[in-house]
Amino acid sequence: MKVSRLTEKIKESNAKGRTALVPFLPGGYPDLDKFWDEIIELDKNGADVIEIGMPFSDPVADGPVVEAASLKSLENGVNLKWIISGLKGCRDKIDAGVLLMGYLNPVLQYGIEQFAKDAQEAGVDGLIIADMPYEEGVEIKKILAEHDISLVPLVGLNTSRERMKLYAKDATGFVYFVSVLGTTGDRDTLPEDVKKGLEMAQELFDIPVALGFGLKRPEQLVALDGLVDAAVFGSALIRHVEAGKSCREFMEIWK
Amino acid sequence: MKKGYYGEFGGQFVPELLMPPLLELEEAMKTIMKSAEFCDEYTRLLTDFIGRPTAMTHCRNLSRELGFNLWLKREDLAHTGAHKINNTVGQALLTQMMGKTTLLAETGAGQHGVATACAASLLDLDCEIYMGAVDVERQSHNVKRMELFGAKVVPVESGTKTLKDAINAAMRKWIADQETTHYCFGTAAGAHPFPLLVRELQSIIGREAKAQFVEKNGKLPDYVVACVGGGSNAIGMFHDFVPEESVKIIGVEAGGTGEPGCYNSAPISLGTTGVLHGMNTKLLQTEEGQILPSHSVSAGLDYPGVGPEHVYLHDSGRVEYAIINDGQAINAFKTMCRKEGILPALESSHAVAWALENKDSIPAGSNVLVNLSGRGDKDMDIFEKYTAEYGN
Repeated sequence: MKVSRLTEKIKESNAKGRTALVPFLPGGYPDLDKFWDEIIELDKNGADVIEIGMPFSDPVADGPVVEAASLKSLENGVNLKWIISGLKGCRDKIDAGVLLMGYLNPVLQYGIEQFAKDAQEAGVDGLIIADMPYEEGVEIKKILAEHDISLVPLVGLNTSRERMKLYAKDATGFVYFVSVLGTTGDRDTLPEDVKKGLEMAQELFDIPVALGFGLKRPEQLVALDGLVDAAVFGSALIRHVEAGKSCREFMEIWK
Repeated sequence: MKKGYYGEFGGQFVPELLMPPLLELEEAMKTIMKSAEFCDEYTRLLTDFIGRPTAMTHCRNLSRELGFNLWLKREDLAHTGAHKINNTVGQALLTQMMGKTTLLAETGAGQHGVATACAASLLDLDCEIYMGAVDVERQSHNVKRMELFGAKVVPVESGTKTLKDAINAAMRKWIADQETTHYCFGTAAGAHPFPLLVRELQSIIGREAKAQFVEKNGKLPDYVVACVGGGSNAIGMFHDFVPEESVKIIGVEAGGTGEPGCYNSAPISLGTTGVLHGMNTKLLQTEEGQILPSHSVSAGLDYPGVGPEHVYLHDSGRVEYAIINDGQAINAFKTMCRKEGILPALESSHAVAWALENKDSIPAGSNVLVNLSGRGDKDMDIFEKYTAEYGN
């Protein structure tokens, strides 16, 4: 597999002396009409990688904000086909890397082979499956790799060195470090041992390390200088959009 | 078979953050659960606290009418009134020996919540129970029992506000509190090693039933029947009978109202393969992989998935799975009360109903052993509401 566009985009940003920005919005949120405009807006305003959520009825790793937004998207009629075909229609207007994030079952029902093929054609660079640890993802990772799609691993504060090495040996794109033992959702402070975990991830992975879950303000990253190549934010952005404010305004804070 | 799998079903489909506690639990099953200290204490609790062995009852009046012998394995007579206590006392003891301080659980009908709260009280553990807001309302009596045992009951307002959402909420809580907390999973489902752990703790039902039946009759039963929601009472009952080829084994799923297009709780019979709550199994879902609401008059069977070993037993042909609808279960509930003086749980009424509904195809003189997984006192409100709506 060639070097992932996700890696390239994050490194390009880091080379300019900045932490890469990875905003997250559930597909079809806040509504079907506005969604792709918001994505293009994020791209124009500094997003290096854009994460699009694949809504699922039972999102166990998500907190209340992402869950409510995802369920709203489902009510709006969003499905994987809508996301993939919509992306295909506007991918040439998006410079950022594009990542899909969700749960395994909708992807399984779509069909892994078909999903990989259609996602590649739509310009998807990576996939995060929140309920698929290393052991269950071996076969899927191979299929995705054949279509130049990275299966981005999630690791966290309780991931042992041994398991982190397992992920590190064949990971592509970037590694997503979960900042808390908990679900998605913005928090005022990050746990103290995040730094230690990030140091281990930086040591073991030769791809960029992104920090996510709980990010609300850029100041949260100050104490982690040099350890975070990319910052992922979802709940804070969803709240912002929900309040009727623009993605551009939100990105201003992080630039 | 691959570790944690039953054929192609099972697995560990959880966020990476839950892998460490799952691996820790696997290790505890290999070491602590095999230790003499655990085995001795668990055996003592099964006898002195739970009240095992539970009785086996021959239904004399119904047997005369049906033309075959109907036997009941009486898990309704276990402490707290259902088979659930076998599992929770075992997991609570394991939790204590693992050095953890809190039991976390989800519950649908409330029986697992009551049993968990009771086990936590016995072993001086903190206890937190997640329960769908709809179930909190329809099982208010059980909520009060949990609280009396000292548990904190947390109503879950997300999704369909039933068991599946309570499981989601409990899994989220476990991610955060895994160091101090054991997730006392209520059925033989979920991520490995839970289906195995729960089966191990519930297989006492089938072991006892087999020995009791042979002692009374000098032979094995012809049929063994149990209701299947998540499937813990059934897998516990079936496990020792699976190698006995002469025994026909029947799992009974809940068909809901039985009207065309209605929601049901019969994923083995009417679902498709998919991944939910850590396992690859049969699910009630849309073509796009979104989980559908389930329905059963019995809150304990109201779940859109099922334990993976049941799907394997179905696909291998060893166990036959049938569907009984709400009305048939209610009829069995009333029949058992009027003819035998036993008030069965609505869950178990589905299994009893299978025997009643199939009386013409069961050969005369057969021995049909039904697992009566729990007692029906908890279901009186539902029964009254049902009869008010549909007539007596």
